[in-house]
Amino acid sequence: MTSDSSKPRTIKTIKINVDKCNGCRACEVICSAFHAQPRYSSTNPARARVRVIREPLASIYVPVYAGEYTAAECAGRDKYTIDGKEYAECAFCRASCPSRGFFKEPDSDLPLKCDMCESDPSLKEPLCVQWCLTDALTFEERQVEETPAPAPEEVDAGLEALANKHGWDKVRDALGRLAKEE
Amino acid sequence: MRYAETGFNLEVDLTRGSIERVPTDPRLTELHLGGLGTNARMFWDRVPPEVEPFSPDNLLVFGTGLLVGTPAPGCNRTVVSCISPQTRFFAFSMMGGFWGPELKLAGYDKLVVRGRSPELVYLWINDGKVEIRDASRLRGLGSLETAELIRQELNEPHAQVASIGLAGENRVFFASIEQGRSSASRLGVGAVMGDKNLKAVAVKGSQDINIARPAEFLQMCNEALQFIKVREKNPIPGVMPILAGLGSPQEMAIHDEKWHTENFAWGNARHRRKDFWTDEVKEAWTGTMETMRTRLLSCYNCPMKCGAAISVDTRMCSYMMKCFSKLTYTMAAFADLNFGLRIAQKATEHGVDAFSAPQTMAFALELLEAGILTEKDMPGLPASNEGKFYWLLDRIVRREGIGDILANGTYWAAKEIGKGAEEYAHNNIKKTEQLPLKLGMLNPIYFLMYCTGEKANITQIEGNFPQAPFNTREEREAFVANWEQVPDERFKQWFLEWETRGEKSIPQYPSVDATCEIVHWQEKMHYIDDATGMCAGLSSFPLKPPFHIHILPKLISCGAGLDLDEARLNHVTRRNRTLVRANNIRRGLTREDEKPPEDHWRKRFPELEKKLLDEYYKFKGWNLDGIPTHATLHELDLDYVAEDFLRRGILPRETASPPLPGSSKGGAA
Ligand code: SF4
Ligand code: SF4
Ligand code: SF4
Repeated sequence: MTSDSSKPRTIKTIKINVDKCNGCRACEVICSAFHAQPRYSSTNPARARVRVIREPLASIYVPVYAGEYTAAECAGRDKYTIDGKEYAECAFCRASCPSRGFFKEPDSDLPLKCDMCESDPSLKEPLCVQWCLTDALTFEERQVEETPAPAPEEVDAGLEALANKHGWDKVRDALGRLAKEE
Repeated sequence: MRYAETGFNLEVDLTRGSIERVPTDPRLTELHLGGLGTNARMFWDRVPPEVEPFSPDNLLVFGTGLLVGTPAPGCNRTVVSCISPQTRFFAFSMMGGFWGPELKLAGYDKLVVRGRSPELVYLWINDGKVEIRDASRLRGLGSLETAELIRQELNEPHAQVASIGLAGENRVFFASIEQGRSSASRLGVGAVMGDKNLKAVAVKGSQDINIARPAEFLQMCNEALQFIKVREKNPIPGVMPILAGLGSPQEMAIHDEKWHTENFAWGNARHRRKDFWTDEVKEAWTGTMETMRTRLLSCYNCPMKCGAAISVDTRMCSYMMKCFSKLTYTMAAFADLNFGLRIAQKATEHGVDAFSAPQTMAFALELLEAGILTEKDMPGLPASNEGKFYWLLDRIVRREGIGDILANGTYWAAKEIGKGAEEYAHNNIKKTEQLPLKLGMLNPIYFLMYCTGEKANITQIEGNFPQAPFNTREEREAFVANWEQVPDERFKQWFLEWETRGEKSIPQYPSVDATCEIVHWQEKMHYIDDATGMCAGLSSFPLKPPFHIHILPKLISCGAGLDLDEARLNHVTRRNRTLVRANNIRRGLTREDEKPPEDHWRKRFPELEKKLLDEYYKFKGWNLDGIPTHATLHELDLDYVAEDFLRRGILPRETASPPLPGSSKGGAA
């Protein structure tokens, strides 16, 4: 494991202002078109990596982005009430999860995940943001420093603690094994 | 592979309970595109003129436009067609919102409903799985309540539901079909749905919609979005604020209602209130709107947010509305906006048209005042003005007592009541209520649009040409400077020379010839939209829209894989327009039906009006009775219509040749 201790990393954030969302689903439309093969050859919001949770009569409109796949649904669920409005169970969760219809390819059930419109050359803004003219979705990029490597004294102290607990032999064996795997 | 369209219709016979997925003929797409065009063809082929509105043989067709569900912004229209109980003609009532794209995504271009179910049912379309389900527990419920209960019953929170309320169930002639954000309100399509015992249609889809030439198509969509951004920052100067931007009239976003409240007539399309819009009114109405309007809402894939969630004493959304329905109840009742927004909630749940319903109620109260109706006809009528409107709405949607008569709209109600009531049904064209406008000087452009608009609704034919001249030459020059939407340069010239008074003002200017062209252009753009499913708000309705005649042929071609240029699109559009007319001619439409309400203008010019209509008919390739000639029909590949007209004696044999002057090469394009 080698890491250049001062390399900056880019964090891409889509900021979602649910108060500005007008429920139009343009984000879903264009996302699905972008990921069609060939590009833009079809559209189908069921394949989109962003879905708008809409409950018009509760005045609820929440664009949610597809995150990680999960094989099993959560045993415990959450349900939020904000400003007097009760949101559906799991409303804010990004998982592609067996308990919901979103974020799966309709025919194969393969999980979908937002890739920030990865492409070459890269886009200046993700497409869902570009197509959201009401600015419910905006895009922000910022650079962060990689967490610096811990100082050597700290490593020494950590190893000493482990040796006190398990004995030096065991720590040496473990280090050797890990180094080989690396 | 089919592009933009799915290539299938869903045919449901409610008498037999049968459901079929029927492939469509791609040639029909080339001939008529989709939406209104293919609807009109279906009615010509399948609904002979003897069919009564409330007959199992009447079709109720939900036809999505050709580009609906593609990434083209604002392409979300469904054209609902049937034979209207009110006009008894071919109806085409448009709805935006989310239902049409969902039907397309489920794999169907049209839903075609025929027959009549023995019990109240609803339809559940879930991709390839379609069920007719019991709706008995939904009887009498509001349209939005119904939609919500169906979503719960199916456990499908994202199903799109189009439904009727009590008015549709009771076949009120101006009953609407509601689908949350939007509705198909005009001409009683909800009554026909009720007659079929169909309470609602829920739909959810997850199929692909294919694009023929993806890269070009997307580029055009992106350019349109860029155009919209710029255009929204640059409202047109000198035009009333609600019409200066894009979309439907922006009455949810913009509070300034001086134009409507002072220029439109209050009550039963009766009184102008010239100094109505005072600072106090402005402040009070702004307050009402700011409190009750809780979110601006768009239709599917459109940034314009013409609609709004209205919250009546709740943080939730009570119902959704847009446009002039904001004011119709208020103005009919001489009330304030608070009343208007509250009664509109009830009216939306019951599912009635927001033009016809308030006018019919105001008409009833005028009859009472005139002694034509008496207290005995209205037992229990509350004393308060606002109470009277709630009471009348309730009677109408239940068809109870006098409500049973009023439920047929002012034209038919006046006939039934008699005793001079006809005088009070003064705001109809083709038996249906119009916008409440009463003006001074005849406007030749509007005269022709009112006369000949087959939909009998001015907002569905007016649009791209300014409604009135601008004051100064300078303003007009500024306006035409970047007017790329006109078919050709002549239109700019006509507008440049159009003055507010003097020789070059209405009624003599624009000239008859120019008037024909201006009307034809505006109508043409609506017929294109009605076939593609493009919302008029981004195309045929506002000034300087992103989509227009120089862009649409390519957009349609890239999307649907057709090969259209302007000439070919003009030809298809003329064919569709003529076929709509042919349906109505066959059902008895005559020149006699083509006139504005008598009191629409105070100053009328019978000779000029006759000339306008004569010349416009010729321009369109119709004879002086307004019937498309043999030559026109032949040119538009509508020989089967000509044959039918001959058989029925609608066209005489001898005109088969030679064609009337101007009929085959009429300037109409
Ligand atoms: S495009 Fe924007 S406004 Fe439209 S649904 Fe998505 S987030 Fe909401
Ligand atoms: S960022 Fe790109 S991939 Fe992610 S949801 Fe938006 S359009 Fe889809
Ligand atoms: S312009 Fe307005 S009415 Fe038309 S599709 Fe857009 S939001 Fe809907």
